[in-house]
Amino acid sequence: MTPIIQTEKLSFTYPASEGRLALPVFENLDLEIAEGSFTAIIGPNGCGKSTLAKHFNAVLLPSGGKVWVSGMDTSDEELLLEIRRQIGMVFQNPDNQIVANVVEEDVAFAPENLGVPSPEIRKRVDDALKTVGMYEYREHAPHLLSGGQKQRIAIAGVLAMQPRCIVLDEPTAMLDPRGRDEVVSTITQLNREQGITVVLITHHMREAVHADRIIVMHKGGILTDGSPRKVFSQVELLRKAGLDVPQTTDLLYSLRNAGWDLPLEALTVEECAEAIAAAIQIEN
Amino acid sequence: MLKDITLGQFFPGKSIVHRLDPRTKILLLIIYIVALFLAKSWCSYGLVLLFLIAVTCLGRIPFKAMTRGLKPMLVFIIFTAVLNLFYTKSGTKLLDWWIFEIWSDGIITAFFMVMRIMMLICGTFLMTYTTSPIALTDALERLMNPLKKLHVPVHELAMMMSIALRFIPTLIEETDKIISAQKARGADFETGSLMRRAKALIPILVPLFVSAFRRADELATAMECRCYHGGEGRTRLKVLRYAGRDWVAFLVGALLLAGVIVLRRLGL
Repeated sequence: MTPIIQTEKLSFTYPASEGRLALPVFENLDLEIAEGSFTAIIGPNGCGKSTLAKHFNAVLLPSGGKVWVSGMDTSDEELLLEIRRQIGMVFQNPDNQIVANVVEEDVAFAPENLGVPSPEIRKRVDDALKTVGMYEYREHAPHLLSGGQKQRIAIAGVLAMQPRCIVLDEPTAMLDPRGRDEVVSTITQLNREQGITVVLITHHMREAVHADRIIVMHKGGILTDGSPRKVFSQVELLRKAGLDVPQTTDLLYSLRNAGWDLPLEALTVEECAEAIAAAIQIEN
Repeated sequence: MLKDITLGQFFPGKSIVHRLDPRTKILLLIIYIVALFLAKSWCSYGLVLLFLIAVTCLGRIPFKAMTRGLKPMLVFIIFTAVLNLFYTKSGTKLLDWWIFEIWSDGIITAFFMVMRIMMLICGTFLMTYTTSPIALTDALERLMNPLKKLHVPVHELAMMMSIALRFIPTLIEETDKIISAQKARGADFETGSLMRRAKALIPILVPLFVSAFRRADELATAMECRCYHGGEGRTRLKVLRYAGRDWVAFLVGALLLAGVIVLRRLGL
């Protein structure tokens, strides 16, 4: 099966501007995102993860190499709309991506642009709003909603395009813990129940835990790539890159350094507690 | 301090006036204004006033709201009245004192002028009271559609208007935040001469503009990501459609205009 997103020797350099040298962000990056997967991309600030995301739907075009979306070359202008329809994009600030004064008008924005007939738009808007659990708010003004609700509207706005993949660029960075939970559970549900490919860019380790694959970026390259268990057990590597590990892994790591025989691969609090309980029993 | 700025003064409601197609309301307003300017006599003014009162009642708009809209125009209205009162010199002379002369026709003309201005304002307010800004923008886009042939960027103008409306509350909130932040740093906006106070606004306006440009940039990217590519081939969620009540409204408008013209011909 062809991967939904594939980069081939991707390089990108921000062009030189006044008083600034040309700044290479990444070079020769090879990456594949499988259809239906939930991938988290993590990395410290300035490692190029947002720039990478913008290549996935042709907002930025590579300075070298290629990006393929379901086999379509993103540098082909003829395919631009289809690529953007297939890869939905959600950004950090919910205020700056809501276009209309009424929730349902905003969700309708993308299908309107695509020239979908009116009755079909109505159906898509209702479905998308129900999926994110915002149907009751369809006639509200977006600026009166909470951050988490606004971000869910933004997700619904992308869903109305019926995309195959949604790329979220730090969607929770501006939200309070409750809004963060709302958004993460919505994303997880979209992936599990509707089979939509999700690429989540974040620097919250707790959110990356939900993914089935984590890509760690550092200085424009891929530091490590694999399942959350595999990635988070490489504590030293992550620390060197200036990244945190989840609290559970952190605890197990400290205990191990203190001489306890513990695995590092516990991601939830329950797993962690069980592992420690088992170790204590053996000790006694 | 900025929270009480209301926009377009829209009173949400479900009355027949609210439910009329926004295009009908714009066209009806134009008919109304033409009728108002054709009106010359007591009878015709009465007819137009009757129409205004009837629509206000149908739209369930409180009369207080209508008079509130007149308040900022008070100076202008009084100025017009005074001007007409002293500069019309026909009919019978009623008063002659120093350089002031008042003639009987002056009183009537002044009264008509005041009525005309007040009814003009009330009519316009009636439309904004019963139509949401977004519906108005939509209607304007549709009504100006023929201008596209003359390369007028109708869709772009309408899109700009609706985005401006969408971002006004967001920017007001932002301004409030910046004001608080500057106050916390010891900025003083309330004392000093006018010049000083105007200068004190600079630390508010600069960050506001910077953030507005950043927002505009992000919004443009987000719109492109949602396949925005101008007005071509665009469909709408809600399509404006004339209903039976719109034709009735047009009929009433036509009758009003005809009535005023007939009264004018008869010299009543």
